Amino acid sequence: MRELRREHMLNALLAAALFAVPLWAYLVDEPFLITLATRVAILAMAGVGLNLALGLGGMVSFGHAVYFGLGGYCAGVLAHHAFNATPVLMGLDGTNQMLVIWLVAMALSGLLAAMIGALSLRTSGIFFIMITLAFAQMFFYFALSWPAYGGEDGLPIYVRNVFPGLNTMRPWNMFVIAFVMLMLVLALFAMIRASRFGAALMAIRQNADRVAAVGISPFGVKLAGFVISGMITGLAGAMMADLTRFVSPSMMAWQMSGELIVIIILGGTGRLFGPVVGAAILVGFEVIFGGLTEHWKFWLGLVLLSVVLFARGGFIGLLAGKERHG
Amino acid sequence: MSLALLIEQLLNGVQFGLMLFLMSAGLTLVFGVMGLINLAHGSLYMIGAFFCAAAAAATGNFWLGLMAGLIAAAAAGALIEVTVIRRLYNRDHLDQVLATFALILILSEGVRMLFGPFPLYLDAPAILRGTVDLGITQYSLYRLTLIVLGVAVAIGLWALIARTRLGIQIRAGENDREMIAALGVNIRALYTVVFALGAALAGLAGALVGAIQSVQVGMGEPVLILAFVVIVIGGIGSIKGAMVGALLVGVIDTMGRFLLPRFFATFLDPSQAMGVGAALASMLIYVLMALVLVLRPKGLFPAHA
Amino acid sequence: MADPVLELSHLDKAFGALKATDDVSLTLMPGEIHALIGPNGAGKTTLMGQISGRLPPDSGTIRFRGQDITRLSVAQRARMGLGRSFQISSLIPEYSARRNVMLALQARQGHAYRFVMPVRHDRRLTEPAIEILTRVGLEGRASVPSAELSHGERRLLEIAVALALRPACFLLDEPMAGMGTEGVGRLVTFLKDLKQEAPILLVEHDMDAVFRLADRITVLVYGRVIASGNVDEVRNDPEVRRAYLGDEVSA
Repeated sequence: MRELRREHMLNALLAAALFAVPLWAYLVDEPFLITLATRVAILAMAGVGLNLALGLGGMVSFGHAVYFGLGGYCAGVLAHHAFNATPVLMGLDGTNQMLVIWLVAMALSGLLAAMIGALSLRTSGIFFIMITLAFAQMFFYFALSWPAYGGEDGLPIYVRNVFPGLNTMRPWNMFVIAFVMLMLVLALFAMIRASRFGAALMAIRQNADRVAAVGISPFGVKLAGFVISGMITGLAGAMMADLTRFVSPSMMAWQMSGELIVIIILGGTGRLFGPVVGAAILVGFEVIFGGLTEHWKFWLGLVLLSVVLFARGGFIGLLAGKERHG
Repeated sequence: MSLALLIEQLLNGVQFGLMLFLMSAGLTLVFGVMGLINLAHGSLYMIGAFFCAAAAAATGNFWLGLMAGLIAAAAAGALIEVTVIRRLYNRDHLDQVLATFALILILSEGVRMLFGPFPLYLDAPAILRGTVDLGITQYSLYRLTLIVLGVAVAIGLWALIARTRLGIQIRAGENDREMIAALGVNIRALYTVVFALGAALAGLAGALVGAIQSVQVGMGEPVLILAFVVIVIGGIGSIKGAMVGALLVGVIDTMGRFLLPRFFATFLDPSQAMGVGAALASMLIYVLMALVLVLRPKGLFPAHA
Repeated sequence: MADPVLELSHLDKAFGALKATDDVSLTLMPGEIHALIGPNGAGKTTLMGQISGRLPPDSGTIRFRGQDITRLSVAQRARMGLGRSFQISSLIPEYSARRNVMLALQARQGHAYRFVMPVRHDRRLTEPAIEILTRVGLEGRASVPSAELSHGERRLLEIAVALALRPACFLLDEPMAGMGTEGVGRLVTFLKDLKQEAPILLVEHDMDAVFRLADRITVLVYGRVIASGNVDEVRNDPEVRRAYLGDEVSA
């Protein structure tokens, strides 16, 4: 119980820090830092999505970038058609309303996750890893070679998408949107983890045979978890495109899938705030070491390798101890 | 569309498939024997290509370059097996994915530090330049050599596994790890050898392909992912499956890229047909993979029934 | 006579040339303990696998409460009331004893897809879980992760999980394995009580316990039923003595 309380305190501290740093930057007028924190929040959200599948359900998806990218393209394509005042398809108009875009992104990501999940969850272990990677790669190549939306060059969003009542051109407003959404998604994750569904999902990760023997079909529970996971990561993708005003196939690339896994592991697999810490470490590492040496990825690789080989449990595990399910 | 062009594309597909086989064979062996998923296999392909290109440029001799690429990849394979991979055999797949993902970062940046940020170019040796007359069509002599070499290596690999002591140990290792320990085989050494063998095959593929593509950082991962598709189709751990899967993927991918745009051109305007055709062609092999998954979830030739 | 709860007819299962189950038929009647015994490699585990749904039989049928369940999945059979314990304890390792039981309760109540209410405050789970743990004598260990329980405690938790399913029949795969004499004694009393609730198909190596508990015994050798009857019939069957009990005496 003491460890649990320590994790709650640590989480509160992390949330406060993620809010305080850009707040300070806002007060001293450092918009770069605000945007950086916004990126951390959005990447963390994508990580929370994967954490649901990987951390809770033990589904090592190496293709979650596909939902991130699909979400991004939802934002890009809808904004593109809204800007040019052309219909998307069958007379449907584009939009630059973030809220609408997010809903579309979540719906389509969920649909795609249902299709990919239904196929790849027929397998497990190493097969599952390779298949999720391969399907993501399929959509990556599709985005790369489909000429209508920029193909390899990507698709710019000329005017930032809008949010009711807020001027999204101001970095601080954009950060607040991302931060609030992150907190909502974290609350959703915590709720699911504590629920009956979460209990079944986490049990399947540990012993699927036992779960089947008490009468719960592992496949359905895993698929539902996978779909929710894809929807969250898709939402994050749409918000990332909202932020950067640009979407390209690289959002779907395998490196992105790898980074999402890295975010989770650095922070602590299955831990509520694991992805927040992981995203902060990753972005921080890139900004700090990227400024020192062009070969910063070499050092990132070494750090990551050391974490895997010697420090399992990640950052939260280091500070809050092992997780218990009383 | 002439028959000659079609035959040429078909041969290109076979050549591509054989190179994929060299990649997939190592991956599937390492999984079959050690139960390890190795994302850094594509980095070994890249190392083979870089060392080959650099050595060939320095010595002016393609064959010396090829030797250098092969040795560098095998040595790099043995080195990472001893330092890193060995610690991963008893870990879960997630740890294996992460550690080998980290290795990709390290090896890619390492190669960039060593060889600089620009792509290298490798020329085919003088005697293999030009084309050869196959009756129906002229075909690149170098690509034809790749086909012959690929088949030769596949036969050699089959003989190694079916006929030699090492092969017996490898097959025993695929079935029962405790059994090979009981047979008195030095497992650590066996694992290092198998890993280095897989690395050498990947390095060979990289070096050979280096003469028809530019040699650059990041060249390994697209091929690695295709090799995954090959293994999923063929069945994990099966060399025969890797061969069949590799040829299927090589031929279908190449023919799709060739035929689909032409097919769409029959009813769409040319530029649109190119776009649609190319986009769909890039998805073909994944559709094939999905089909195999639905019909045979363990692949066409499941190694462990 | 009442209808059997579980009825196997002419089950066959072969692995290559090896016939692991060879024309096996047996019934489990309400209120009885039916023990399945046989030397190692007799095919008891394979048979249990087919009953629970993990292994499909090559031919033959399995009827449960009057319905043909031969083609149903493990989870579907469990939902119909087939409660099983595993030979080697198979629990959720990171979950506490209570949460292991709660998972079974939640499965029985049929709500795996509830996303909102936290389980730890769900009285419909926590209260019955403690009741069941008390029945098997594990109430003092309720919040210990199952991986940290002793071997004997894990065997009891297996039974608690099966109890939570409130099944129409119990499949208990070597529940006494690795338990001390005292533990076995308590479990024998407990199972005698339990059979009033639902009949038990019991696979067990401890012959002494089997003879004290079983109403009927079926003996399996090389996948075939070589004898079936009450304790005395089986004990005095010449073929059983030769093929099976003889081994016991010499061992």
